[in-house]
Amino acid sequence: MKMTEITTPAAPAPAPPAPKGSGTLKHIGYVLRENPVTGLSFLMFAGLLISAAIGPWIVPYDPLATNAAAVLQPPSATHWFGTDNLGRDVFSRVIVATRLDLIISVAAVTLSFIFGSVIGALAGYRGGWFDIIASRCLDTIMAFPLFVLAMGIVAALGNSVANIIYATAIINIPFYARLVRAEVNIRREAGFTLAAKLAGNSDARVLAFHIFPNALPPMMVQVSLNLGWAILNAAGLSFIGLGVRPPTPEWGIMVAEGANYIVSGEWWMALFPGLWLMLAVFTFNLMGDGLRDIVDPRRRT
Amino acid sequence: MLSIKDLQVAFKTRKGEVTAVKGITFELAKGERLGIVGESGSGKSVTSYALMRILDANGRIKAGDAVYSGVDLRKASERDMRDLRGREISMIFQNPRAALNPIRKVGHQIEDVLIQHARASRQNARAKAIEALEAVRINDAAARYDAYPFELSGGMCQRVVCAIALACDPKLMIMDEPTTGLDITTQKAVMDLVDELVKARGMSSILITHDLGLASEYCDRIVVMKDGEIVEEGGPVDLFRNPQHAYTRKLVDATPRRGVEIRELLPEEARTLLAPHMVRDTPLIEVKDLTKTYAGKSGPVHAVKGISFTVREGQSVGLVGESGCGKSTTSSMLVRLLDSTSGQILFRGQDLAAIPAADFARNPLRTKIQMVFQDATDSLNPRHTSRQSIAEPLKRMTGLKGAALDARVEELARLTGLPAHLLDRFPHQLSGGQKARVGIARAIAPDPDFLILDEPTAALDVSIQAVVLNLLADLRVRLGMSYLFVSHDLNVVRLLCDHVIVMKGGEIVDAGPVEQVMDHPSHPYTAELLSAAPQAPRPQTAA
Repeated sequence: MKMTEITTPAAPAPAPPAPKGSGTLKHIGYVLRENPVTGLSFLMFAGLLISAAIGPWIVPYDPLATNAAAVLQPPSATHWFGTDNLGRDVFSRVIVATRLDLIISVAAVTLSFIFGSVIGALAGYRGGWFDIIASRCLDTIMAFPLFVLAMGIVAALGNSVANIIYATAIINIPFYARLVRAEVNIRREAGFTLAAKLAGNSDARVLAFHIFPNALPPMMVQVSLNLGWAILNAAGLSFIGLGVRPPTPEWGIMVAEGANYIVSGEWWMALFPGLWLMLAVFTFNLMGDGLRDIVDPRRRT
Repeated sequence: MLSIKDLQVAFKTRKGEVTAVKGITFELAKGERLGIVGESGSGKSVTSYALMRILDANGRIKAGDAVYSGVDLRKASERDMRDLRGREISMIFQNPRAALNPIRKVGHQIEDVLIQHARASRQNARAKAIEALEAVRINDAAARYDAYPFELSGGMCQRVVCAIALACDPKLMIMDEPTTGLDITTQKAVMDLVDELVKARGMSSILITHDLGLASEYCDRIVVMKDGEIVEEGGPVDLFRNPQHAYTRKLVDATPRRGVEIRELLPEEARTLLAPHMVRDTPLIEVKDLTKTYAGKSGPVHAVKGISFTVREGQSVGLVGESGCGKSTTSSMLVRLLDSTSGQILFRGQDLAAIPAADFARNPLRTKIQMVFQDATDSLNPRHTSRQSIAEPLKRMTGLKGAALDARVEELARLTGLPAHLLDRFPHQLSGGQKARVGIARAIAPDPDFLILDEPTAALDVSIQAVVLNLLADLRVRLGMSYLFVSHDLNVVRLLCDHVIVMKGGEIVDAGPVEQVMDHPSHPYTAELLSAAPQAPRPQTAA
């Protein structure tokens, strides 16, 4: 760089800036192509979303319709996953259940993400007594066996989908809060934080718009893993009879109902909902790294 | 003793194989002190890693020979290399704190090397380790044996690293930027010590540095590297007096030294006329009895003990001192990021110290006082493009929007010499110099009257530093700003400042016009600082 370029207007930009948005899309495309596992997990996630969105309209049978003439039939061309003890089509029930399970896990994770982020960010940024009190409260939650705590919460609040969501959210808050607290804490004195203050930002704005977004990449890994846990947790609660009640199609209940028939050889009733549950958790676990790469601009070259 | 021929080192990256060292040849005689000088990315560190065979997993020696006392370093087995490292060739790394294991006592870390190379047994290891600490003149070595690295200062840590490196009497010592991040007096102490030990033991040494001045003081011969190639080789005096290669000339020119003007740092063809800046008599900032006291675990810590000074309109004041002298605390208070304990900061007569730092973000005076941070990488939000970073203060404080905002950002980019197409890049996609420009553009965006420059060139290569210093000198004239230039490098302060303040232990020990303080230092501390700065041999002619 010569001095002349400083004192005279620089030459016009050789590369016109790409319009916003398309850069992000290109980046997402790049991340998916770069890592086939991530691509596969996003495909599987898309499949889950589609079955959640339009499942009830595309399944061949009414998931609640019983049929005494076709009870406990093994998988066949007419009933892909077989039928259950009331003659309901297992395939239809598995697909329709996707929506409920996804809603529970996404809603629970959203709640814990929001509350965990707020608590963690304030604790990390403010420090002092707020940090001490918040951290000890979170430690208290972590001190319980989490599934037992969730059982207790649902049992106390009552058996409903909303309460499963709350219970799942509460047991997950500490993970988010701790992560955000650590991420915010290390950036509290960073140069760009000070620079943001010099630019006229109040503390709240600095925290919300400058520090917190930098915690997103590791958060995304947590979100993705947590979606899997949340589904397992919801299914687990239903399996032991808390939460969703029959005849609503839900993977946990379906496994619970099918479990009674495994001994007598009707394996398909428990296997297929269990398989779907496993696939969903597997998908979320695989998605984590990809999500992180997408929200991290540093991965762009 | 060491002979390197056509050495090539390559790294596998996402974009294919990159050759970092492109066939270099040099020899090192017994007892010789060789300097390898180059800027970041020149391959100087990679060369030394290749010699020690400690390249990253994706790197390999592609071609060439490296022979040390008859041992082919390229073909030697890993077992032989392990034996060679530490016993024959040892290395001192850039960051002494990172080179020491933080959770082990320094004494144990020295014992490790001694026992590894069978220089000590379990029984006498402790005594030998203390001996090694004494060799690097650590006071009260027996007590320091039990210290953890975090309990020691940076200079002490580097001495411990030296002790480890010298423990087994190696024949060759490789020093990779051994004093980066150390204070200037500490740098001198460490370098003098190592130099003396190397000479006394008849060792050879390779000093890898970006600082031509440092290399010329401690080396018999200097090799200048650029982009993986050796461009010039010669004695330090010859190199300075009569640089043959254009790049060496550029480096020599860019090295701040006594008796040059700021424009003379630049290559000759870029030396435009620098308009003089006007210093008026009216005070812009008056600091009166400013103090800052922290509540420490063992009683209050007085970081700043009642300092007073004045910055006039248009004046550039240098604030000089070593780490821990309170200069950063002072600048944080002036820029209103930190509340003072007592005292006044009068900005055109208005007391800023009366406004809590937390509320200052909403004060209209916020636009008038801005800061350029030390580490450009750390001071840019990794999630914001250059455009967003520069626009942030404008959006928050001037209310510019849309096309007017874009136009202003582009104008600032032009002012700071940042090519417009870089505005949509993220910090990790920019070079150090470009990041420094973004940081400066952001600081001058709200049109401040008072700019605090906190070692803005400390992390930059000398040639980039030269350009940035000149940019700052130009901006000062164009925008009529006053500067407070915080630095530990007196040679740089001399170039840019009219007035200088020397701080030590939270107090001002010396102050006055730059020529007076630097040419006739009245305080012994100032004299000590001045003599610690490596002095490059003066070029005979400017041509």
